[in-house]
Amino acid sequence: MAKRTPALNTSSMADISFLLLTFFLLTSSINTDQGIQRKLPPPLRGDEKVPPVNRRNVLQILVNMNDQLLVNGEVVTDVHQLKNITKDFIANPNEEIHLSDKKPLYIDELNMNAMVSKGVVSLQNDRSTSYSIYVAVQDQLTLAFNELRNEYAQQNFGKSFEDLSETQKKGVQKIYPMSISEAEPSNYGGKK
Amino acid sequence: MSRFKKEGGKDLPELNTASMSDIVFMFLFFFMVISTMRETSLFVVINIPKASEVQKLEKKALVSSINIGKPNQNYIKKLGPEPRIQLNDQFAETSEISEFVESEKQRRNDVDRTMITWSLKVDENVKMGVVTDVKQELRKANAFKVNYASRKDIKR
Repeated sequence: MAKRTPALNTSSMADISFLLLTFFLLTSSINTDQGIQRKLPPPLRGDEKVPPVNRRNVLQILVNMNDQLLVNGEVVTDVHQLKNITKDFIANPNEEIHLSDKKPLYIDELNMNAMVSKGVVSLQNDRSTSYSIYVAVQDQLTLAFNELRNEYAQQNFGKSFEDLSETQKKGVQKIYPMSISEAEPSNYGGKK
Repeated sequence: MSRFKKEGGKDLPELNTASMSDIVFMFLFFFMVISTMRETSLFVVINIPKASEVQKLEKKALVSSINIGKPNQNYIKKLGPEPRIQLNDQFAETSEISEFVESEKQRRNDVDRTMITWSLKVDENVKMGVVTDVKQELRKANAFKVNYASRKDIKR
């Protein structure tokens, strides 16, 4: 050998591989669980009485074993209509008598009085209802409430709900509370 | 700084950093293998439904998942096509859920116990009967924060 080849400078190699390492660490943590979040009610005790709710304040959604929807006695063919039905029911802009009633409520967070809907969405499904339609219904309900909150935020603060401060968010959430009640499980029209 | 030069006189020999990259690559492969391993241990086939209004679960340490779906190819002959519940690494019955909730709560410290989110990973073709039973068991076990796992759907 006439000449020795000079040693390669490999000190930057470590930096490159660290970059790769951090990249893969970050991308794998993005893959977190996502979904629709709900809070289950505490179990019913025998001596507890369910508070009476006026009929007009209940939006009754029934889903049968064939994944068909019945909303307040009327057949709804497409799940995606549910969003607008729920929004109308809760917002009730023209004070219609068959939609939900409102009551004044003082909101601490926003330091003001607001008319809050007394409406409750009651969801009841059969044991043979498929899970996909259940999630679709829950999704539409979430969408309806999110849009109502967003519209309120746009009208009153001029920005979307996501951009509000934490206290403002809490206040808007109080004005449009996500009141969804799921009926105790039933089993009609079909075997287990 | 000049004090060091007086005493040493000679240059420090250069540190050989060539093996550094090997070590880091080893780390890389280690984490890659670890992060994919949990995905493969499912015994049930789960195709979670799509939804548009999904929220991300913030703290992964505070999530316990309950998987419900048909048994996969290795188990379908033994167990049949009925949807099964998988908790951790084994099949379970509905009655075992309260036990599971307790053991998951034991793993966390006192502050975190009420903050656990129970992620229901359910196949979209499963009937609600099983899911309702699981939800009733969760309610009995004081586990109220529930997440219906779903994929983000692009808005129409």
